[in-house]
Amino acid sequence: MIRLSRARLALVLGVLLAALFAVVLVALATGPARIAVGDVFDVVVRGAGSEATRDIVLGVRLPRIGLGLLVGAALATAGAVFQALLRNPLADPYVLGVSGGAALAGIAVLALGGIVALPTQSVPVAAFVGGIVATGLLYWVSGGRGGSGATGLLLTGVVFNAVASAGIVFLASIAGFFEGSRIFLWLIGQLSAVEIDAVGLVAASVAVGLVVACVLSRSLNLLALGDESAAQLGVPVEAHRRALLLATSLMVGAAVSVSGLIGFVGLIVPHALRLVIGSDHRLLVPATAITGAGFLVLSDTLARTLVDGRELPVGAVTALLGGPLFIVLLRRSQARSRLS
Amino acid sequence: MTQDAPRATGAGERLRFEAVSAARGGRLLLRGIDFTVEPGEIVGLAGRNGVGKTTLLQLASGVLAPVAGRVLLGERPVRSLSRRALARRIALVPQDLHVPFPFRAGELVMMGRSPHQSLVGLDGEADVARALEALARLGIEELADRSVETLSGGERQLVLFARALVQDPAILLLDEPTAFLDLKHRLEVLREVRRFAATGRGALVVSHDLTLAARVCDRLVLLGEGEVVAVGRPADVLTRENLHRAFAIDAQIGPGPDGRLVVLPMLAADDPTAGPGADPS
Repeated sequence: MIRLSRARLALVLGVLLAALFAVVLVALATGPARIAVGDVFDVVVRGAGSEATRDIVLGVRLPRIGLGLLVGAALATAGAVFQALLRNPLADPYVLGVSGGAALAGIAVLALGGIVALPTQSVPVAAFVGGIVATGLLYWVSGGRGGSGATGLLLTGVVFNAVASAGIVFLASIAGFFEGSRIFLWLIGQLSAVEIDAVGLVAASVAVGLVVACVLSRSLNLLALGDESAAQLGVPVEAHRRALLLATSLMVGAAVSVSGLIGFVGLIVPHALRLVIGSDHRLLVPATAITGAGFLVLSDTLARTLVDGRELPVGAVTALLGGPLFIVLLRRSQARSRLS
Repeated sequence: MTQDAPRATGAGERLRFEAVSAARGGRLLLRGIDFTVEPGEIVGLAGRNGVGKTTLLQLASGVLAPVAGRVLLGERPVRSLSRRALARRIALVPQDLHVPFPFRAGELVMMGRSPHQSLVGLDGEADVARALEALARLGIEELADRSVETLSGGERQLVLFARALVQDPAILLLDEPTAFLDLKHRLEVLREVRRFAATGRGALVVSHDLTLAARVCDRLVLLGEGEVVAVGRPADVLTRENLHRAFAIDAQIGPGPDGRLVVLPMLAADDPTAGPGADPS
């Protein structure tokens, strides 16, 4: 019997962390000013290298990559948690409209900030609240039991996203955010506009979310079998679900408040990992966090370099990758529900 | 019967329904249900579709609250125990389970150990040994590394039964545990239920196969229209009159080739379901 031994856990997470480190090095080396990966290694690991190189690598590129790591880990892990709780492999914070709710609340506070002075931290807090409200609505629509009715959930997400996008455009036009890339940030998601003041709060929120998801990962295995089965196997269903939803909304709110609507990360990463490492959430959740971080940094590096002299929003890259996968998964789940 | 009997940590607990009424979707489904599953006893539960058999198991496993009466494990209402404490003492084998992710069968069986494990952590050697033992008992070791999605209904039922065994409960609840099983596995599952009861623990088994139930169960509870029609030894419960009240059928009941009770259900005394091939002359 294949089992989740300490050695297997360490091996999988170790390989993923090594790959993540390599991705970060390559991302740090990539940009308008070409820097050799070896030089980046010197700067990051040995603290050596010329001052100019250090400035570019640590001053310019590292903050954005750091943000990408946080956002990617948050979105991917949130996807894995939603999938288990809703018992639906199509769930993703963007597809479900949770990100949309967070973005709408975030931009509302930004717009309000043009009228009254608000601290920078109020944007992530508002996004968190928006994410919670959207999650609550989602549960309410799905009948409160997290049933596996895929169509209802997906329709709800589509409507949330349409309303959120309309609201974002409306608020942005009132507040005059159309200039530059700011509207892009909220509608399709990108990592360029780093608000340094907010990074601490974002990092803390993501950390809390990841810890809760990892600690309750055994419960996720059982909750994925349904509320009744989970309860019969000893899970305090309501308490654990509430903790997981709060933690997930916190992560998504934090991620959205600094990166906007980046879609499909939570769909792609857990799905790909499940094919390779299986479905046990005790391994899947931490692996998803690491892989999500690397996936988003890689996508952002692509977005920065794909078109010469131009930056694409990273959300466009993830949507181009995730959209087709979503269609394939949807078709498969429809075929399966016809069979059963 | 006692050789290599499972460790009976929870032996000696009694499951008792005291004047229990339960509702489903606002409709009163069960009224004034009274019976007990004694330690070491296998009690069969029979009745037509929709009469509330699965609901009774939900009441026993604490996922449904009665609208009146009490469901007691020992002296305590099951709903007053924590989920974890209850899951250590009562295990349910559901009819079937939809698993939306490709968990391996071995992983599903290991989940039965979770009420005995700490919140965080991997599976200990003893837990793994437990799971392997249960799989071997049912002759399904080779399923361990297969995805649950690829299993047949019967194989999934065996895996769910193994999961309940490793949960090491004081009371085993089985919801038509043999519905999808072939003849050999049907008998093997019932042998394991017998072995379980032989360690002083109780089992409540929903079954539509009355001949099999009469053979395995110490007592039967016959449900009809939300109430208990009859409780007692199979020979006392399985009468023509009781079966007519519970199922609205006719039946012939008598000793089989081995002298044990055989129930032959028929829609009416002239049995309109019988084809010409049924006549041996």
